[in-house]
Amino acid sequence: MLFSYSNVLVFAAVGIAFILVTLSIGALIRPYAPSLNKLSSYECGEEPVGSAWMNFNIRFYIIALIFVIFDVEVAFMFPVVRIFKEWILEGRGVVALLEILVFVLILLVGFIYVWKKGDLNWVKKI
Amino acid sequence: MISLRNTFPEFVLTTKVDDFLNWGRKSSLWYLLFGLACCGIELMQTGGPRTDLDRFGAVFRATPRQSDLMIVAGTLSYKMASRCKLLYDQMPEPKYVISMGSCANCGGLFQKSYSVVKGVDKIIPVDIYIPGCPPRPEALTEGILKIQQKMMKEKLLVKTNA
Amino acid sequence: MNEKDIITLIKTQFASAKLEWVEAPSGDNYLVVPSEALRDVVKYIKETEALYFDYLVNLSAFDATEHIEVTYHFYSYTHRHKLVLKVKAVRLNGEVPTITDLYGTANFQEREVFDLLGVRFASHPNLARILLPPDFKGHPLLKDYQEEAQYNGIETTRASLL
Repeated sequence: MLFSYSNVLVFAAVGIAFILVTLSIGALIRPYAPSLNKLSSYECGEEPVGSAWMNFNIRFYIIALIFVIFDVEVAFMFPVVRIFKEWILEGRGVVALLEILVFVLILLVGFIYVWKKGDLNWVKKI
Repeated sequence: MISLRNTFPEFVLTTKVDDFLNWGRKSSLWYLLFGLACCGIELMQTGGPRTDLDRFGAVFRATPRQSDLMIVAGTLSYKMASRCKLLYDQMPEPKYVISMGSCANCGGLFQKSYSVVKGVDKIIPVDIYIPGCPPRPEALTEGILKIQQKMMKEKLLVKTNA
Repeated sequence: MNEKDIITLIKTQFASAKLEWVEAPSGDNYLVVPSEALRDVVKYIKETEALYFDYLVNLSAFDATEHIEVTYHFYSYTHRHKLVLKVKAVRLNGEVPTITDLYGTANFQEREVFDLLGVRFASHPNLARILLPPDFKGHPLLKDYQEEAQYNGIETTRASLL
């Protein structure tokens, strides 16, 4: 019956209770002495200059996104490499090669598009 | 904010709880990496496998936010003094300082120098002074043990006379 | 090219300037150059084919009580010969022309000499303190340097326990 799953519930309850109890004990007995220096951001001992809340260049995100796409491409290629030899022995090597070529080609078109649009340049001319 | 700190009268249960809490604190004595000169090498050696500091629960941290103990290992110059003070301020209470080696204790070899602070205790309160130039790992281990003894004597729940 | 030839070459080129060749008893002979002629001499020894001193080994200075001697060690990797130049600067904010535009190495070393001895290098791109903190007062390698009693509220002396 469903009752046999109750140990999961007990486990979760004990886990949550443990966290709550330990955190609240810490909150009750720890010293609380905030100061201006303590609350300032940690810069390896240097005086912090300005705020940590600043705008990052939007280019970082575009480059990161493109990086992730090509990273995933490489990750998808590894399994094919792994079975390639076996498939050749089975006589299906051409299929695997064509499939991976199609896959790379689709991404390559995207890559050329990004390149042509100038999104890989740090300073983009509009 | 509600705090139970130093609010209980002294009787068996509260002192035992205090002992337990202190035991927990002393057994996870995380120290801030603050190697300034050649004592820093000896500090690394003490953290290494031969005179394993980890067996006392002392692990190095690279940020003051997580550390209880600052081991000032080496020559503190005036240029570094303000940084040292700021790092000490950024550590959460309760915090302890070990002054390691002659330079940190009193300026040591550089006592006549124009650029060296003549003792870390000129800028931050020091709990333990370890002599030596540099002190051997055994000496630093001894210092850590002394800090642990000091921690065990502290009272968290029980009222203090002061 | 040996030392004698180098000196005769420089002396014939700068006949009008007051160059003084000093044969030191230790064997480290040097050429004293007046500070007005320094830039021309350095430019000459760097760019002349026969001399071609392409490497500024060291730039240092010391306080000779009546003046400050700024010392330049040059070496030529092409011809494997060396030359030592000295400039006598006036004590306390004496001016010496910079050679940073001729030898990039000179940049930091001139800053160091300024930091510790107070020699002003005219038209140096960034003549700021390099080793000591920016708010430090005085130039500590001067022979008559008096340490101040406090630096930023930190005492600069420590009472002897003996």
